Amino acid sequence: MSGDRVATILMGVILPPCRQGEKRMPSSGQEKNLSRRSFVALSALGTTLPVIGCKIHAGEGWEFLSDAQARTLKAVCDAIVPADDYPSASQAGVLVYIDRQLARHYRRHRDAYRDGLLALDDLSRQRFGGDPASLTPQQMVQLLTEFQHSHRKQFDLFRSHTLEGYYGPPRHGGNRDAASWRMLGVDEPPLRGRAQYDLKKDTAS
Amino acid sequence: MKRVNAVIVGAGAGGGIVAKQLATAGLSVVLLERGPWYTAADCRKDDLRNQRTTVLGNAFGPEDEGNPRVLYDAGGQMRTVLPSEGSYQNNAACVGGGTLSYGAMAWRYLPQDFRMRSTYGAPAGSSLEDWPISYDELEPFYDQAEYEIGISGDYSGTPFHGPRKRPLPMPPLPPNREFEILSPAAKRLGLHPFHIPMARNSVPYNGRGPCMRCRWCVGFACEVDAKNGSQNTVIPAALATGNCELRTGCMAKEVTVDDRGRATGVAYFDAGNRLQTQPADIVIVSACAIESARLLLNSRSKLFPNGLGNRYDQVGRHLQGHHYTGAIGFFDFATYDDVGPGASIAVSDYNHGTPGLSGGGALCNEFIRLPIQMVERMPPGTPRWGLAHKQAMRKFYRQNIAVMGPTQQIPSADARVTLDPSVKDKWGMPVARISGNVHPHTFEIGEVQSHRAEAWLKEAGAIATSRFGGKPTMVSGGQHQAGTCRMGNDPRGSVVNRNCQLHDVDNVFVIDSSVHVTNGGFNPALTIMAVAYFASAELVRNWKGTGFRS
Repeated sequence: MSGDRVATILMGVILPPCRQGEKRMPSSGQEKNLSRRSFVALSALGTTLPVIGCKIHAGEGWEFLSDAQARTLKAVCDAIVPADDYPSASQAGVLVYIDRQLARHYRRHRDAYRDGLLALDDLSRQRFGGDPASLTPQQMVQLLTEFQHSHRKQFDLFRSHTLEGYYGPPRHGGNRDAASWRMLGVDEPPLRGRAQYDLKKDTAS
Repeated sequence: MKRVNAVIVGAGAGGGIVAKQLATAGLSVVLLERGPWYTAADCRKDDLRNQRTTVLGNAFGPEDEGNPRVLYDAGGQMRTVLPSEGSYQNNAACVGGGTLSYGAMAWRYLPQDFRMRSTYGAPAGSSLEDWPISYDELEPFYDQAEYEIGISGDYSGTPFHGPRKRPLPMPPLPPNREFEILSPAAKRLGLHPFHIPMARNSVPYNGRGPCMRCRWCVGFACEVDAKNGSQNTVIPAALATGNCELRTGCMAKEVTVDDRGRATGVAYFDAGNRLQTQPADIVIVSACAIESARLLLNSRSKLFPNGLGNRYDQVGRHLQGHHYTGAIGFFDFATYDDVGPGASIAVSDYNHGTPGLSGGGALCNEFIRLPIQMVERMPPGTPRWGLAHKQAMRKFYRQNIAVMGPTQQIPSADARVTLDPSVKDKWGMPVARISGNVHPHTFEIGEVQSHRAEAWLKEAGAIATSRFGGKPTMVSGGQHQAGTCRMGNDPRGSVVNRNCQLHDVDNVFVIDSSVHVTNGGFNPALTIMAVAYFASAELVRNWKGTGFRS
């Protein structure tokens, strides 16, 4: 049960149950693999996707990303928000956030991700003779610094979406266990009832 | 369909009040709203999907699918935009309209705000005008709005407000830490800080409890229903009379007219997308500035080939919102306590009276900041990503204050809403095309305002500051959109008269921010409400006298 949900019940307000897409993601180790080909086939089913998406979540794997794309994207996300005393982007579930939105609200960015990740792989091989996932953190910073000038649009998407996943609410798969909010000292679950009057049950409509 | 006395399009700040006032006076009313009726239980507290941060969509409408607009920016670039994009200039689509999820600042405009042309003269190329009504005429209706909607705050710290008969009905919320830091600094600068008036319960009021001061405030529906909009005040009151029927999921298509040029009702698509017609004696358009103009322009007929009320090509012009400028200050001590609603302190010393500037605006501290809203607001020189950005977030999330304000815009006739000739919405109706830009003098005022915000922050102890505002390349509208059906005495230069009645058709009214001649240096909600009470009172008086029945 998520912190949000606990707090909500404490306030005596019942929220409608989460939609499938908003369930907290199980850790990736328990997920079953799903090839991109079968995902594309599934997505052709259109409106039934959310139901099937639920079955995908029950297993292992991604909704949109291929394994190769996920490896490169992980290196990108972790350069944008690296680990220190607090988790990195991927440790906080940012890849889950991005993958999930590429199957939902960010469908329009799929081409940018496909092309951008390929271009980054190419650039990495040219500069360092290997994929981004094989680079040291310092090399990755060098690579992304060049990439943000050569592929500004794609870089800005990667950056924005990584920060959304890291600093946004846990319900979308990122910011796992509210890691970033704890880092910022934001109360989680939030404190309520700081008004000078207690909320009486009969005054809430 | 059964004929009613009045059909109202739009259940927002304006339409909700008109519904209640007419229904209370005994008129039969149908209130059409294209969105649903959300309640406190629909506060999902989603930092990425609300009405302010919309990267995953608008929480309170309209949805991205099937509701496009077209934007012509000042550089001549044209593109189709989605409701969750900033350039769409969205407000909301739901019962309560913007007032369900707004920050709820509830200002009275100043007396000079109704006499901008007389005060300053019209800058070249502008369409600056006076309102045909004065602050004094509106004062009783500001008072009515403050007490019926429920406003907390305290004007006693500032001499810069119009005459008022009594204080606000509720005291302000206790000051947050930013208030404590900024208030003495403002006084040292010779300014007059005061508590921002807010449509938010600070104490139990109107049968609902007070604000619990959570983080999910501006952009969200209030979880404990302590934020006051039309959806939890006047609309329930309208329904309780038994004279008002609210129909949600209903998108207006056009105001229908007979061959004598009188309105006969409203054609609309119902929740099942079936075309319906609601006959009525009078029609009130309250769909917010962009959509009200679009509805009138889409109401074309033999007698009104260019749209209703548009004989002199005035419908859709003078589109204005506010030009927000200000500064962020970074401190070497904790300034931010994460206690909602966050915005607490204001000065209105700078709204008028600066030589060389035709106006100004209020300056206030910013609303509560969700972590995602801080990622672009790090101190100057901070890298945009990487370890340094993460560490700056950690260091400065609680050590910054933003001061900003709604610079009153100098209106321009070229900033306008027209119908796009090719792009249609999901019902097949031409969509709004937004074009033009803010009058350049607005930018000069905004620039001065941002320096003033910066000076205030420095006086409060900021160790670094960055100013923002600049010169946007598109017209300003958004949640403060106004001006598209200007109120005036001259039919050649305005759309409605001082009673919000179309010059062209005497049984059609526009009652929302569209009628604002100028938009003040403050958030417009309370003025929309006061004008709605004012216009409703005139309407009821006329209804009882001469009557509108044909």
